[in-house]
Amino acid sequence: MLSVKNVNSFYGEVQVLQDVSLEVNKGEVVTIVGANAAGKSTLMSCISRTVQSYNGEIEFDGVRIDKFSPEKIVDLGLIQCPEGRLLFPSLTVRENLELGAFSKRSRATRKERLEYVYDLLPRLKERSNQLAGSLSGGEAQMCAIGRGLMANPVMLMFDEPSLGLAPIVVIEVMELIKNISKEGTTILLVEQNVRQSLKLSDRAYVMENGKIIMEGKGRDLLNSEEIRKAYLGI
Amino acid sequence: MEQVFQVFVSGLLSGGIYALASVGLALIFGIAGLVNFAHGEYLMLAMYFAFWMYGIFSLDPYQSALINLALMAILGYLTYKFIMERVLDSSHSIQMLLTLGLSMVLQNLALMLWKADYRNTRIAMTTSTLDLGPLHLSTARVLAFVVAIAASVALYYFLHKTYTGAAMRAVAQNGKAAQLMGINLKKTYALTFIIGITLVGLAGLLITPIYPAFPTAGAPYGILCFIVVVIGGLSSIPGAIFGGLLIGLIESFAGYFIGPAFQQAAYFLLFILVLIFKPSGLFGKG
Repeated sequence: MLSVKNVNSFYGEVQVLQDVSLEVNKGEVVTIVGANAAGKSTLMSCISRTVQSYNGEIEFDGVRIDKFSPEKIVDLGLIQCPEGRLLFPSLTVRENLELGAFSKRSRATRKERLEYVYDLLPRLKERSNQLAGSLSGGEAQMCAIGRGLMANPVMLMFDEPSLGLAPIVVIEVMELIKNISKEGTTILLVEQNVRQSLKLSDRAYVMENGKIIMEGKGRDLLNSEEIRKAYLGI
Repeated sequence: MEQVFQVFVSGLLSGGIYALASVGLALIFGIAGLVNFAHGEYLMLAMYFAFWMYGIFSLDPYQSALINLALMAILGYLTYKFIMERVLDSSHSIQMLLTLGLSMVLQNLALMLWKADYRNTRIAMTTSTLDLGPLHLSTARVLAFVVAIAASVALYYFLHKTYTGAAMRAVAQNGKAAQLMGINLKKTYALTFIIGITLVGLAGLLITPIYPAFPTAGAPYGILCFIVVVIGGLSSIPGAIFGGLLIGLIESFAGYFIGPAFQQAAYFLLFILVLIFKPSGLFGKG
């Protein structure tokens, strides 16, 4: 479904991504784990084309997308829930959600999508007329995920969805991602919460200093010596 | 007392026009983050257009309003596309210098094409008055006020009650997130510029029956809009409406109680006080 081949990206003199290649197959949950500043978010931005200065090939659903505009990517149903949620703080929860369906692919079905998201996340319905800036961390993350779902995604990319959340809320978010996957949406997940994310993923990549250094099944990586030492501290 | 009331209403009427001219500037700054020092020149161009339409085709400024506004919209788009889009990521000082240059080019273009003469558009409404009890008001000014306030409030509702308006506010709040929603930033900026310039053009055509058109007719408005917008809180539309009305009132009262020479000084004084005591503006955040 998504194939990234030999992507290199520079931030000034610094090479942020070095020959990054990865595959996500239809229906899979794939996780990229790695420490801060490993280049995970940059990779996401390259795929979404909000960062455009890179070379390499990115294919989605058989189409080269590495020259597309960000809105064209959204139109294809490749949706990103960005790091730090990036909600529109002085818009209401409802307005935030509705804007999730801005692209051509989902605008006509805005009402139905909103019903669907409200059913899935009833707390958002209660908060509907509240400003997004007034939501708690967990609610804000739910709102960001709901906003992503509004686009009727073929594939959802989550950038650090558990960042800054209480442990119990992290589990809730992970459950939600699992359910979204079960409904047929392909998932690419970037996480620092290695244990939780590896548990729910089919496959995973480990990224360090802009390079993919390891790849494998989620469970296998969870049990591997190296990962346990480097990321789980056991 | 009656006279004071007349001064009050007169100030309010001018203030409405200042509000309309300013909301466009606030919109452009608030959504696209662009500083436009040539804003007043578009008011001047709309005045000239209204004048020539009357001079050549005997269409008064209200009859030619739709063509005038369409032309302003096109001008707004062209200005954005060929000039402003190139400085989207530049610092405000570069945008300031660029648009200051643009304003001089437009003023001198007007001077070259139409000379420095004052061009008066005298239609029936120029001299007719509305008598409301003790008040004697110029019909053209009342009409200008009503349309100006209606258009400014309509802009506010457009931004807050429509889907496109929500998308524009989203762009203002977080450009990257807006892109991830599939919103095209440059198209949004272009739309912002079109609306902003059309609104200042509307202000221009509304005052054409009252004031003459000349090459620097827009310049005082350009400065005034900046003051209004700073007082109102830069990107706030209600702030710009309030600021416009406030400046109109201050100008009117200062003129009456202290002397016409003090009109401008009075609102500059307010401007300085706001900058010192509430630099984020009366309606600004933070």
